[in-house]
Amino acid sequence: MPESTGVIHDIGYQRYTGPRLGRRHVFGALYLHGLRTIFGLGRSAKAKIFPWLVVGIVTLVAVIVAAVRSQIGEVLLTYAQFADSMSWLIIFFVAVAAPELVSRDLRSGVLPLYFSRPLPRGDYATAKLLALVTGLWLLLGGPQLVMFLGAAFTTDAGLRGVGDELLDLLPALLYAGLWAVVFASVGLLVASLTGKRAFAAGGIVAVFLMTMPIGGTLAILPSRTVNELAGLVSPSTLVMGVGTWALPDPPGADSGEGLMIGGFGPVYAVAAVLLVAACVTLLLLRYRKVAAR
Amino acid sequence: MTLIATESLTKTYGGRVTALADLTVAVEPGIIGLVGANGAGKSTLIKILLGLLAPTSGRVSVLGLDPTTDPAAVRARVGYMPEHDALPPDLTAAELVTHLGRISGLPRTAARERASEALRHVGLHEERHRAVGGYSTGMKQRVKLAQALVHDPDLLLLDEPTNGLDPAGRDDMLALVHRIGTEFGISVLVCSHLLGEVERICDTLVAIDGGRLLRAGPIAAMTSATDVLAVEVSEGTELLAARLAALDLPVDREGRLLLVPLADDSTYDLILGAVAALDLPLHRLDQRRHRVAELFATREPSHA
Repeated sequence: MPESTGVIHDIGYQRYTGPRLGRRHVFGALYLHGLRTIFGLGRSAKAKIFPWLVVGIVTLVAVIVAAVRSQIGEVLLTYAQFADSMSWLIIFFVAVAAPELVSRDLRSGVLPLYFSRPLPRGDYATAKLLALVTGLWLLLGGPQLVMFLGAAFTTDAGLRGVGDELLDLLPALLYAGLWAVVFASVGLLVASLTGKRAFAAGGIVAVFLMTMPIGGTLAILPSRTVNELAGLVSPSTLVMGVGTWALPDPPGADSGEGLMIGGFGPVYAVAAVLLVAACVTLLLLRYRKVAAR
Repeated sequence: MTLIATESLTKTYGGRVTALADLTVAVEPGIIGLVGANGAGKSTLIKILLGLLAPTSGRVSVLGLDPTTDPAAVRARVGYMPEHDALPPDLTAAELVTHLGRISGLPRTAARERASEALRHVGLHEERHRAVGGYSTGMKQRVKLAQALVHDPDLLLLDEPTNGLDPAGRDDMLALVHRIGTEFGISVLVCSHLLGEVERICDTLVAIDGGRLLRAGPIAAMTSATDVLAVEVSEGTELLAARLAALDLPVDREGRLLLVPLADDSTYDLILGAVAALDLPLHRLDQRRHRVAELFATREPSHA
């Protein structure tokens, strides 16, 4: 009997009577999907190359720093310095990940399929943003954890040494979080403006890198106040400025290479908050418009 | 229960462009055809039904819910198939439909199961594990339909589902829509600018033009008793029309044609008798089905 060998019989259409999950779960599903997209999971091998290359580089740097410290005892990079020196890599990572998250959806026209579902339009943007923030934070925080483990296992001061190390790590993880929030919100806003991934990537790199020379120019003008506020014009130096002000052991403080911010630390902090708030607001407004199309 | 009801629904863009004007219509569950030329306001109406656009004025209800105040509740029970390309090329159909099922609130396993079910119902089997980018237009349309079905909605809104399909593909898609409306127990609103297509599968027809309601009602009422005889004479059309009118036959003019409702076989005899009595050269006399299109056309002479 040929019928008995695995023929699928059409049992007709079945109505769904199971549970329908609420907004929180839907948000979570979209968030996880975004996080996987950033690292190329569930996508083609080609899409995995760049994210994992970056992951490899930052991890390698962390391993080297931890190894040098345990063998020679020399601290090449503190936790916060690590975040600063990886910032250029983060810029390129954002330039690839943010268009992957939002430009692709704009391009393919898939958004009507999202917005015709019980997903508030703001949730789409915030889930994507949170996914990018998490991705960037993992990218910086993961290697910092590697450095911490390296230091914790080779410390000579026993548990107290581990405790001290932890006190160094925690503010640096927060600092990494600041990098992640600022870069993700700026990057995602730029990417949400165009469906063309190449344009989006170029735009993101431009916003982050082109503002640097402006800051550099302002920093050598013959006015101390202008010099000290110069860092505000570029997202990278803005974050570093906040770090210089808020971190207990600011990067570059001992070598004198750190950002000159004078007494304007709080201004940097307020500027960072305003920048993020403005980017998120504009992002939400952008998707209000997109959803109605 | 009324499936969709609108009351004086009006939508203007920027106060200048009127997409919908004072539209009042109520339809019962079933397969509803929404017909109108491009730009008639079909897509605007769908977006209002989904709660994506707020009407300028008027009221609307879908499945007894108000999409302007509770869009999430409406969208949870409605499936939408957009007109334009809406599929990311590098995902497989199974991945995409599963993901969208989760966005509709299905738990992970249920979403996966229902995605392959929905894809099977639209006729995609092994292909569902291939990237959508390599699909034909017909297959893409099926994926779009499957994603609208995945969460088992009570109402499907299909915007030009036969767009871009060849004649065989159109027939398949229409048969599929008909099956969903009859066997699956899901009400369907099919938008089309091709009246001939939707009138084949729907039981209610709503026609709009320039944002205004032309006509709405059960299709049976529109097509019943609509057999007509078309008479064409080379000359003396006016005379014949007057003569037939004198014989108590209701005559309609359509260009050079006279249209006479076919009551029974005696109608033939009356017409032939009239032509013979006037000694006119008869060019043609044939029976034809009164298409719904003509019902609309007579209401809207500006397009004739």
